[in-house]
Formats: sequence, structure tokens, C-alpha cells
Amino acid sequence: MKEEKEFYERLEGKGISRRDFMKFCGVLTATMGLSSSFIPKVAEVFAAPTQRPPVIWLHFAECTGCSEAVLRSMYPWIDELVINILDIAYHETIMAASGTQAEDLLHASVKKYDGKFICVVEGAIATKYNGAYGKIGGRTFLEIAKDVCPKAAAVICLGSCSAYGGIQAANPNPGGYKGVSEALGIKTVNIPGCPPNPINFVGTVVNYLLLGKLPAIDDVGRPLFAYGKTIHDQCPRRSHYENNEFVTEFGSKEAEMGYCLYKMGCKGPDTHNNCPVAKFNDGTSWPVEAGHPCIGCSEPNFWDKMTPFFVESK
Amino acid sequence: MGTRIIVDPITRIEGHLRIEVEVEGGKVKDAWSSGQMFRGIEIILKGRDPRDAPLFTQRSCGVCTYTHYLASIRAVENAVGVQIPDNARIIRNLLHGAQFQHDHIVHFYGLSALDWVDVVNALKADPQKTAALADNVSNDFKGGTVYFKEVQQRIKTFVDSGQLGPFANAYWGHPAYKLPPEANLMAAAHYIEALRLQAKTARMHAVFGAKNPHLQSLAVGGVTCVNDLTPDRIAEFLYLWKETQDFVKNVYVPDILAVAPFYKDWGGIGGTTNFLAWGDLPESAKEPESLFSPRGVIMNRDIKGVKMAVPDKVTEHVTRSWYKGNDARHPYNGETNPIEGDPKYDTADKYSWLKAPRYDDQPCEVGPLARVLVAYGYGKKEYADLVNGTLQKLNLPATALFSTLGRTAARALETVAIGDAMEPWIMELVGNLKKGNNKTYTPWTMPKTGKGCGLNDVARGSLGHWVEIEDGKIKNYQYVVPSTWNLGPRCKAGKLGPVEESLIGTPVADPKNPLEIIRTVHSFDPCIACAVHVIDPHSNEVYKVRVL
Repeated sequence: MKEEKEFYERLEGKGISRRDFMKFCGVLTATMGLSSSFIPKVAEVFAAPTQRPPVIWLHFAECTGCSEAVLRSMYPWIDELVINILDIAYHETIMAASGTQAEDLLHASVKKYDGKFICVVEGAIATKYNGAYGKIGGRTFLEIAKDVCPKAAAVICLGSCSAYGGIQAANPNPGGYKGVSEALGIKTVNIPGCPPNPINFVGTVVNYLLLGKLPAIDDVGRPLFAYGKTIHDQCPRRSHYENNEFVTEFGSKEAEMGYCLYKMGCKGPDTHNNCPVAKFNDGTSWPVEAGHPCIGCSEPNFWDKMTPFFVESK
Repeated sequence: MGTRIIVDPITRIEGHLRIEVEVEGGKVKDAWSSGQMFRGIEIILKGRDPRDAPLFTQRSCGVCTYTHYLASIRAVENAVGVQIPDNARIIRNLLHGAQFQHDHIVHFYGLSALDWVDVVNALKADPQKTAALADNVSNDFKGGTVYFKEVQQRIKTFVDSGQLGPFANAYWGHPAYKLPPEANLMAAAHYIEALRLQAKTARMHAVFGAKNPHLQSLAVGGVTCVNDLTPDRIAEFLYLWKETQDFVKNVYVPDILAVAPFYKDWGGIGGTTNFLAWGDLPESAKEPESLFSPRGVIMNRDIKGVKMAVPDKVTEHVTRSWYKGNDARHPYNGETNPIEGDPKYDTADKYSWLKAPRYDDQPCEVGPLARVLVAYGYGKKEYADLVNGTLQKLNLPATALFSTLGRTAARALETVAIGDAMEPWIMELVGNLKKGNNKTYTPWTMPKTGKGCGLNDVARGSLGHWVEIEDGKIKNYQYVVPSTWNLGPRCKAGKLGPVEESLIGTPVADPKNPLEIIRTVHSFDPCIACAVHVIDPHSNEVYKVRVL
């Protein structure tokens, strides 16, 4: 209790009220599909653990958009995640050390937390020519992944690249790029999206910390709490679809009326994600709200399967 | 022969970069910059619908998330011959302005501050003295002894936990750190503040762009967010813009001014010679005349001799890159004929996936410093007053701009200038809406064939996209990006790339802890995933894009 009191005092010192904090936990709990009775338990996860759970975060062939997405987290704030909740032992975009110091840190962290760390992978792995297309410190992505991933307590693939290969794996896939599960033949939890909503990542981590296990997943490794329904089934424009009210050109009267974007190529009916409910950047918006069709970015192989993006699906 | 040092990975950047230097007598004598990853997005684009190109190329980079999206849309619009409505131009500028604000703040605090600020040393600070220092240098509304005490306690708890996370195994206590403990504590507090602020700044993108990273509200012909042109959305944007710009003026710039006096020697380290800016932020349909950030090129540091830049003078070299051939080619005429197998890293021969772009056969630095120098050279008031005022406050000559310190300061000053320009744009949009003009899109039809280019200037520098359409599909796609200009290797003539050149003469106190090297490399804000997006090295495809 004392710790908890200090925790709230600390939050308040940073301008976050206890009420706001419980709101964060409430949003997160709802996203995770847990009942509201879990809210205090979710709060406990954030309430200054004695040993912060170690995370080793690997970057392969990617654009860092998934890290950037997590940097936008407001449930909780990113500085809380980095400083108070998790131990981000290795993460090339934010870590102070470079070069030898960085490499040493990776080796030391894997050794120290062997079997205990959460491995977050961002980016695909080149497999052609033994992975010669991507190297860090002289080692290929493939070598690094083979070395680190099997030693983790859990491997979370953040984004469509590490989950399924992503853009560099699109036809003709010049580098033989693959997702982690396929490249290594291991089981991973996949949080796809280009990039994914950070709340789905945080929800997965909290699920792990709270219940000691990873959330239930579908047949392509996606947590059901976030990816259990299609965009179409949750879309606020759904009634326009049912009423045959469609946009057929951007900038038209129908576009202004907020009609359904299906005929503009919207992939919502074939895409599993919680965008219409969770929305992005503190619930500010999401593509269909901004008048743009869904491109299906949380589905495997969407760069080939869902293109051309602006043509109605058959 | 001096000592060779390899720094790989360079962290706190986007992508996979390797820097090698030769140190002799405590200074860098020679340097090599190498891109270490390669994906092949251009070849993936071949044969696809041109309307999809912006969404593909956007994935070059999630840090510069908006920039390739915009550049690619402009290239396709140029190819299909559509002129976007005024409102679409304004919204794109607002999103672009927000990108500059976001990128530069994140770069200074998130990606480069730890090169100058010793976080561990902040534990020695007196919170009361820190509060006095902060009151003296900044107008941040957050401050006071209690605040700094709390931040210090937070750092202490963190350090005492023994789990140093991203701050582990770094260069704390290195002799190149010069700030007193109080300045370190103040900067550490602002590092944390900036982490939160950037999430809000990025929300500007969500307002008119659906989400950040990877916005999704542009269309070839305009923007799709017609439903977001409402008073509440505009107010939301304005509020976020104001909070960000307040931070820029009250915290970011004052921090630069507070830290710079301790690192004045860095006003003589890390400079380059030539500067190129395509310019951006069109304030009317007339380009390049109406670009808020002007187009120009400066050779041999002759600021007053700034000239209009023309894309015809660009060539790309592959002599020292992992491609076959030795010819310097115009990018429209470029060949990509890569060597086979696992590329051998050899600083005496080929050593990078990046090509070496040259302007008039010269390497050119691109980015905030280049843009500020070009604007300064033209005497553009919005920039010149800021530059002169800052030089005066720091008591530094204009030559100090050609340095790591100058580059870091230019980034902050540009953030002020562009941020200030955004408010009138918002008002212009409101004015149009008041008049009943909510047009955001111009209809167009896909031609059978077409060629187009988009010249842009984005947070990290000059960016060009070129597209060729045949039978309504992409025949060729090519882009030359900021980090290829800055981080590229030597050219056919053996001239060093800008980052390589900038490292020559850099002092290195301890070769095992090359903090000084990282400082200068970071000052360019490298983005390697962007820089190495090129073509399949094993398909031996030859790419020819003709001059437009």
C-alpha cells in the first residue's frame, strides 16, 4: 500500500492524477477484453515492480515505424514504460551506447536474462544468400535472431514485417525476406499492422505481466482481444454499406457525406483489427474516419493480397 | 598508420549504419560510412498501380513517416498532370510542418541529447540551483526546486535499481561531457518532457492524417480528409501546434543556448563544404518561387553566392558501392548492376550499399543546416533574424555555422521558423472554409504513359522521387534521399561523402569510447532505411529513367 501511495504521488508530481491513471488502465483493460474487475490488477502491474521485466528489442529490415508507434503510447506514457515499468535492456533507437558498447550490452543482457526476457522483434529477416542483405556489427539479422530469439521467454513480433515479412517480402521479394516465425521455425505472438496500434502491444505485454501468459491468439498468431473481429464489422460507416450508399470518387458529395469506402477499395471486410474502436494517437482518428480506404495492413501478405489498394475487392 | 575504430551499430538513428575511422595523434584522419542493409522497394514497385506507390514508399521510413508519402504523391501527380486545390496544398503543408516540428524535437532530445548530456552526472546536481538555472535560461512553465528534485529522485531510483535499460553501458563520465551537474539535470528533465510532448505533436498528424506513424489521408489529386475540415478539428490542430511551438521556443531553443557555451569548440568541428536544398512548403501553386524553405545550392561555403539548384546537375556514383561499373550517371539514366554474392566490406575498395550522389560533381550536405544557410544566403527574413540573433547571443562568428554545433542549432532555428509559418496557413484554411470553399480534391484520369518528379525538402534533407508510367502501371521508380546525400561513400573521383568529410579532424579522447564520432554522425540525423531502398542486387536489372 505504501508503494502504491508513493506511486500515485509520483504520478501526481508529473501532472497525472490518480483518476487519469485509472482511466488509462480502464482503456487498456477494455482493449484487452478483460472485465472491469481487472482494472486494479492492471494498475498493479504498473505500480513500480521491484524488478522490471527485461525486454530485448531487435531491429531488422524495417522502417522503425513500429518503435515510433510505441513512442506515441499514452496508456501508459512512453517514459513510464521505459523508466518505471519495463527494463528495455536493448533497443537501438533509444539506447545511449553504440558500437562495441552496444554489442557487449546485447550479449550481456541475453546471458543475464536467459530464458526470462521478452524479445520484441521489429522487422523482417533476409534469408537469401544466408541473410547477407542485412547486418549489424558484422553479423546477419538471421544469425542474431537465431542466437537471441530461442533464449527468450516469449517472442513478440511487433508489426507486419517481423510477423509476416512485410513490405520487403512483397513480390518479387528480392532479399528472400521472411517473418521471424517462418525464418526461424519458432512460435511467436504477432502484433501486425503497418504500424500496429501501440495499445495492442501494451495490452499484450500487460496480459503477460498480469496473467503470466501470453493472450489467446488466432491461427496467424494475432491476439484475439485486438484482432478477433473485422474492421468492417466494427466500422461506423457500416450502415452506409448496408444502405448501398457508396463513395465512388474522392472529393465527391458522397465523400463529404461520409459514405462507405468499399467501392474505393476499402479492405475493411477482409481485415482483422480494432482500429475503429481503439483508433490511433490517443483515439484521435483512423484511416476510414479520415476518408481513406483501409489497406488491410494487419493481414499476412497484404502488400500483394490487398493491392491494388484503390480498386474494389472482388 | 593510425588506429582504426569501427562503430557498428550506430544507435539512436533509423537503420543499420557502420562508421569506421582512422585515428592518429588523437584526431580522426580518415573516415568511411557504410549502409548495412538493403530491401529493394523500387523493384517491388515495378508493374504496380501508380496510386499505390505513395503507400509503398512511405514504408521506407517510419521516422520520416510523412515525407516519402508526400514526395511520391507529388511525383505521381506530376506524371498524371493534376493540380491539387488550394486547401489540399495547405493541409499538406500543415502536416509537413508538424513533421518538421516532431522530427527535430525527437532528434535533439531522443536521438542526440545523450551525446552532450551526462544523465548520471545529473545525480550530483543541486535541485535548487537547477531551478534557478532553468528560470534564468528558459520560460518552461514546468520548473522549480520540487520539480527538479522529483526528476532527480526518479533518475536515482532508476540508477539504484541496477537496471539501466537504454542508459546502460554508455559513455557516462567521458571527458568530452562538459556540462555542470545542474545543466545535466535540467536537460535530463527536458528529455523526459520531450518524450511526452512528441506524442502530442504527432497527434497533429492524426487530426488531418488519420494516424501517425504512416499517415493515410492523401490521394493523388488532393487529400481525403474532407470530413475533418471542421471547427473542432481545426481547433484541436491549433491547440497541439501551439503547445508544440511553445515547447520549441520556451524549452528547445533555450536548451540549445544553455548547452552551446560549454561546447563552443564544436563550432569548429564537424563542418562540410557544399550545401544543397531543393526547398519545400509551397505557399502558392507557383514553384519554386513560393517555397517557404527556398531552393538553392551553396558551394565552398560561399553563403552569399547561393544559386538556384537544378536537378540536371545530379549524378550518382557507384565506384565504391556494392555495384558493378565505374561511370558517374545522372539518376534519370542510372544503372544498378550490383556485384554478386555476399558483399565484401573493404574500405580500400567497395564498402557500402549506398550510392554516392554528387551535385556538379561535388558532394553536398543536405538537411536543416543546408536549408538554413540557403535561406540565410537569400536574406530571407524569417531565417536571417533567427541566425543573426543566435550567433550574437553565443558570441560566435558566422563561420561557426559550418560545424556540428551549427548543424544542431540550425535544426532548432528551422523548427522555430517553420512552426511560426504554420499559424498563417491554418488561418488561410479557415478563411477558405469561411468563403464556402471546402474543395480538397481535383479529379483526374490515369494516362497511358507519363513521367513525373517531385522535388522536396524534408526533415533530414533534400528528397527527389521520380516515376515513369507505362500502360497505367509503374515502369520505373527512383528516389534519391537525404541520407544517401549525407551518408554516401566516396565517389569516382575519391571525394569523401559529407559525413566522412565532417569527421576528419574530430578529436577522439579515448578510441575505445568514441563519443565524439557519434556526436557528429548524429548531428546529420541519419536514416539508413531511407538511404538504402534501392534495387535488387542479384536481378542485374538495369534501370533507365530518362531526363524529364
